[in-house]
Amino acid sequence: MIYAITIYGEAGVFEALPKDRQDEVMSGHGALQTALKDRGEFVSIKLMPPTSAVMVEPATSEGTAPLITDGPFAETKENFLGFYAADFKDLDEALEYAKMISSPVARLEVRPVAWAGGVISSE
Amino acid sequence: MSDWLEATFAQQRPRAIAALTRVFRDIDTAEEAFADACLKALTVWPKDGAPRDPLAWLLTTARNAGLDHVRKSQRRAAILSRHTEEFQRAPTETPDPDEMRDDVLRLLFVCCHPELDQRDQIAIALRVVAGLSVDEIASGFLVKPKTMEQRITRAKKKIASNPVAFETPSPAERGARLGEVSLMVYLMFNEGWSTSAGPKQMKLTLCEEAIRLARLLVALFPAMGEQSALLALLLLQHARRRARIDADGKLVALDDQDRDLWDRSDIAEATGLLQKAQRIGHRGVYIIQAAIAAAHARAASSEDADWTLIESHYAALHALQPTPVVKLNQIAAQAKLHGPQYALKAMEVVAEDLTTYRWYHAMRGGLLQETGDHKAAIAAFETVMTLAPTGPERVVIADKIAISQKELRGV
Repeated sequence: MIYAITIYGEAGVFEALPKDRQDEVMSGHGALQTALKDRGEFVSIKLMPPTSAVMVEPATSEGTAPLITDGPFAETKENFLGFYAADFKDLDEALEYAKMISSPVARLEVRPVAWAGGVISSE
Repeated sequence: MSDWLEATFAQQRPRAIAALTRVFRDIDTAEEAFADACLKALTVWPKDGAPRDPLAWLLTTARNAGLDHVRKSQRRAAILSRHTEEFQRAPTETPDPDEMRDDVLRLLFVCCHPELDQRDQIAIALRVVAGLSVDEIASGFLVKPKTMEQRITRAKKKIASNPVAFETPSPAERGARLGEVSLMVYLMFNEGWSTSAGPKQMKLTLCEEAIRLARLLVALFPAMGEQSALLALLLLQHARRRARIDADGKLVALDDQDRDLWDRSDIAEATGLLQKAQRIGHRGVYIIQAAIAAAHARAASSEDADWTLIESHYAALHALQPTPVVKLNQIAAQAKLHGPQYALKAMEVVAEDLTTYRWYHAMRGGLLQETGDHKAAIAAFETVMTLAPTGPERVVIADKIAISQKELRGV
């Protein structure tokens, strides 16, 4: 089953950490990526800060174009920061891998993937 | 554990201090209250777990702590009675985003007090908004901590004597504040950039804090292209930090930098921000400067840079900011397109305005060197030496004089 390990946290906190703490977090990611690479295809994505985002809002009425806005507006709570996805044996295995990137600056969610296309495919 | 907490406090500080300053109408009380809340968080969070909304937790705790201070202080009791309504608002609720945005902008704007000189504006913003210690700020400015302490105390007094109104600003007022604050952030970065060279370890604190503040402005005003562009501009420049100084601590000119040392993730983020800013359409000074920096960042070498594009960006910048220094930069781009002779002729237009500007003479020396007129080049470089160059600049210019002297001896 493909599981996604999604990462939530507050944008900017990682950047405010001292260098050695940042390295600590990054070494977890390095270890996870190496481990995932050894067992097959995977996807890893780190998003840029939410301030760089542009929103495509649904069209307000039929026949009009979607509305593009420069939000998201001042969010101070948790943001979606990035994710990993790979084919795991089961939930326990996915959780084992997720633990490798656990740190106080991130809240992780491990969730089964309903459908995936591209490098890793659920077909 | 405390490192993680400190990082969270640093992230929340500008918003928290801004909201608390609104509540207590006094920066010192706000700072004390926030410090108290952080102290409490250090014992409570590790035990009970960090709250889902750290800002709300810190604000509530700080408000209560501040209220205690105020109750105990006779002097502040008068303030309390004037603002009971503010104090009685539901304490757990985070201010709404619009109010928070104006609070943070106000706090930053207060630091740009017109009676403070530029460096004091920057110093006070670093102290109050960024929460840097006096020692850290002093080392960023290369002055003694004692001197910096006195400057900050004086600056705080000036601010207190001429308070900024707490009413919601009009759109025009908000725009004007944002402009002032953005300029201060830009100058903070430049201050850091210019003091950060030298044989000692680079002093990047000011640059990093400027980037953090630019990020804050983008978070508060996501629809403003100029603020996204300002952040992009700072990131593009900061991306070169490892390349602009060589192993001996010598400054390396942009043309000669090892571009493999440029920070690719900074450049990528800046590119995204600039594209967003350009989509908004308005072409302000930061968008144009960021576009220039991005054109350099895209090029594998100085020769590969699109100098036609860069020259046209400088022409556009000169239309908005018709200063001789911008003109000089435009001419520097023209030198790449049309050669040193052309540029030397073009420079005559700004010669009078820039007689005491050392970069004018340094550029002229470099161009003369290219044409082979080493005698005139040496004279130009010697003029630079009389215009108080920084230590690292002096080393670079001395090298150039030596090159020309060698050429002259060789002939």
